[in-house]
Order: sequence, then C-alpha cells, then structure tokens
Amino acid sequence: MKDNPSRPLYLVPYYLWIALFVIAPIALIFYFSFLDLAGAFTLKNYQNFFSSVYLRMTLSSFWYAFLITLITIVIAYPTAYWLTKTKHKQLWLLLIIIPSWINLLLKAYAFIGIFGLYGPANKLLQTFGAGPWQILFTDFSFIFVSVYIFIPFMVLPIFNSLDKINPALIDASRDLGASSFTTFRRVIFPLAINGVKSGVQAVFIPALSLFVITRLIAGNKVITLGTAIEQQFLVTQNWGMGSTIAVFLILFMIIIMMVTGQKEKGGSYNGKTK
Amino acid sequence: MAKLSKPAKIYLALVFAILYAPIFYLIFYSFNSGGTMSSFEGFTLEHYGAVFNDTRLLIILMNTVIVALLSSLISTAIGVLGAIGIVFLRNRKTRNAVLSLNTILIVSPDVIIGASFLILFTMIGVQLGFASVLISHIAFSIPIVVIMVLPKLQEMSSSLIDAATDLGASKRDILTRVIIPYIKPGIFAGFFLALTYSLDDFAVTFFVTGNGFSTLSIEIYSMARAGITLTINALSALIFVVTLGLVLGYYFFTQRAGQSPGTGGAKV
Repeated sequence: MKDNPSRPLYLVPYYLWIALFVIAPIALIFYFSFLDLAGAFTLKNYQNFFSSVYLRMTLSSFWYAFLITLITIVIAYPTAYWLTKTKHKQLWLLLIIIPSWINLLLKAYAFIGIFGLYGPANKLLQTFGAGPWQILFTDFSFIFVSVYIFIPFMVLPIFNSLDKINPALIDASRDLGASSFTTFRRVIFPLAINGVKSGVQAVFIPALSLFVITRLIAGNKVITLGTAIEQQFLVTQNWGMGSTIAVFLILFMIIIMMVTGQKEKGGSYNGKTK
Repeated sequence: MAKLSKPAKIYLALVFAILYAPIFYLIFYSFNSGGTMSSFEGFTLEHYGAVFNDTRLLIILMNTVIVALLSSLISTAIGVLGAIGIVFLRNRKTRNAVLSLNTILIVSPDVIIGASFLILFTMIGVQLGFASVLISHIAFSIPIVVIMVLPKLQEMSSSLIDAATDLGASKRDILTRVIIPYIKPGIFAGFFLALTYSLDDFAVTFFVTGNGFSTLSIEIYSMARAGITLTINALSALIFVVTLGLVLGYYFFTQRAGQSPGTGGAKV
C-alpha cells in the first residue's frame, strides 16, 4: 500500500467495479435499445413499445403490481402493528423474516403442489363440496403466491417505523380524549407512513419485474415487464426490444423511488439506515 | 403482560401459519414413499438417497458452493477496501455520488442486472459459464458488503487512527491492526449476506449462465418446470436447514455489529 493520500490505490478495484458493473451495463442497455436485430441504429423499438400490444402489457403489469402491493399492505400492516405489541418482538420479527431467506424457487415449487389438481387446496375445497378447480395457472394463484413472497418485505419496514414511535404520543392522544381509531388515523398512521413507503418500494418494483412466478405459477397467462424482458433476451433473442423494455422499467423504477422517496430518516431496508 | 387481544393473536397465528405452511409441506412430502405431493403413503428416506446418489446433482451442488464461497470472499475484499476508501473521501459531493452509484445494483431488479450483464459479457467476450456466473455474483455482492461495513467505519472514532499515527504506526499497520479489527463484525455480516445472496440467486445466474454450467437454483427451476419430483423436496429440506444455519450466523454477527435485521432481498 503506497502512501498516496489524494488517490488511495486500494480504491482501484472498487472504482473499476463501479465503472464496469454499474455504469457500463446501464449505458449498454441504453445503447442496445436503439439497435435492431441486425445491429443497425433504429427508433423502431421505441415505436413498438408504444404500440397497443406493449402498452397493454405494461398496463396489466402495473395493475398486477398494484394489486399485489395493496393486498400485501392490507395483510402486513396489522401484522407489523400487533408484532410491536408482543413480548419478544425481535424474535417474532425474525420468525417473520426467515421465510424471505428461503430460495424463491422452492416456495414457488411448493405452491405447484399445494394448488395442484390433487393438492391440499383442492382437497379443502372438496370438503366444502366444491369440485376440484384449476387453481394453478390462473391470475389468482399468481397474485396469491406473489403476496405470500412479499409479505416479509412489507412487514419489516412498517414494523421498524411503528416501533420507533414514542409511546408517550399515543398516551397523550388518549388523554386528550381521542378514540383508538382517531389515535390510529391521526397519530400512528402519519408517523409510520415512511415504513409503508419503504415497503411499497421493496414490493412494487420487484412485482413489476417478476418472471419466475409468472413462468411457474401463472403458466404464461400473466406477462409482466420482467417476463417480457426475459422473453426478448433469452427466447426471441431480440436484445434491442428487450433493452427498450428494460429502459422503461428503469424509468418506472426511478419514478417510483422519487414518489416514495423520503428525506433522510426512513424505515430501514437491508439495514441501510443507522 | 401481553396486551394483545384475542383476534390479534389469532390473526398473527394465521399469518405465521400461512408463511410456514408451504415450507413444511415441502419438507413433509420429502419423506413420502409415494411419488406425489398429494397423498402420503409411507415414510422413506429414498429421496434423500436419490439426492446423494445423483452425481450430476452433486456436481451442481459443488458448483453452487464454490461460486458462493469464491464470490463472497472476493466481493468482501473489494467491498471492505471500497468502504474504507469511501469513508476517507474528503469531498462530500464525491462521496455522495459514489454512495448513490453503490446502491444502484441493490435496488435494480434482477432481470435488468441479468440482461445488462449478459450484454456486457458478450461485448467483452467473456465466455458464458463458470466465469460469467462468478463475476456477476461478485459484482452484485460488492454493494451489499459496502453497505454492511460502512456503518461500523462511520462509528469508529477518528482519534483511534490519530493515536495510532502518533504512536508511529504505518498506514499498513493502521489498516490491519486498527481499522480491520474494529470493523470485523461488519465484515462478517457482509460476508454472510453475500454468501446467502449468491446461494439464493436465480434470475441473474439464469441470464449469464451458458449451456454447460448450472447452479442449484437453475437446476431446481428446470426440474420444477418439468413437474413434481420428490427429489426437489428432499433437496429443499436440506437447503432449508443450511439457510437456517446461515441466517442464524448472519444474525449472530449483525447483533454484534448492532444493526437492524434485514430481509433476504427481493430476489425475483
């Protein structure tokens, strides 16, 4: 290690990584979005993206991502709220998080069995007298499995921001005569809104780019932006069109981050804050 | 003591049940002597035997472990040096710019990382296979290591380094005998996280792996597309145990590093 305070040598590999694996790939995606199949410059990909086929796909991808995020919030919020009131809350939180570490493919595979024609879900239905249904390869199974996978990612940031609320504020609200509902609506919810925003960030963007679950659970019935990119790159081999969709996915990602962004403090995700 | 109402308890129990049911369902049927995941016929360990007798599967397992260990070691080395470099950057603007560049790969969807790396490797002529998979795993693990190490570095008092300098320590001594020991919990947490990210990754690997090279995730994907084989169940039970061990290891180090827990990252 040479003494060189202005430009330390040990930063070289790290800067090289930034140049090669952060900046270059984005630049390449952008560059390829202007190339046609033969490698010549074209604006055709962008023109295609605004055709009805791709617009409809983008809209449906957004609609599914919106539904998945909404349902995840509805389930995760009460979970996080009551978790903060349990006795060993850190332990319970850890138990909620552990499933998020299990390989996604295994969870998807489990649902192939559960939702199968002879699987437990259909057996349960049959005890209620409903005939065996085709659950797999439907919109329902796609949304159900996605919500299942994203719940821990929503619980964690909401839990963190709820847990930070000073209990004296809630006592004060009660003392001033607010009902539990008013306390929740006027005190707890606004104070924990950053957690919800981080959760939306952690769920909405991945929900737009899902492609494993669409392939395994939705059986190609649902096409998300992620599925379309994978299709263009690995099946049709049309890297130009794939890159164009990727450019738009990056744009949507930036917009979502800006909308749900927060100044300084916020719910921690991946231990980013503190 | 517990202030929870009964409906709240039932709700939480339900959420836990739904979160764990699929995992235990998989593990339960790994002991099924019948070939399906719908009717349990009898107890058997034959599917575990099938995992350990399948040379192809064992080679894939070896590949996965080698890629995970190598990539997390290399990314930890680069990430730690990078984090130290970031902390000592004097210019606030440069530091913020580097930090935002650092987070790009963490927030990017895997499809985009995979697709862009595929273009990159094809352009610079890296053959798709072991090398491309290893390089991509190193690439997406580096920012995670940096994020895990940075807080430890920031909380380290600069007077420690001043004291070492005053006592005549060389730059190398300061690094190896002051900085590294201080941030050790952060380094281990970063290493564990990189390890789990690598073991868990499917999407990026799926894009950059050629025909000849396969990791466990890729193999499970192609097996699952073909239908139900209880070998996958046995495999998943084994993976569950290993994951649990890694998570506990990671928590052990983050607890010591004093950081809040994180999720497994949206690997989709």
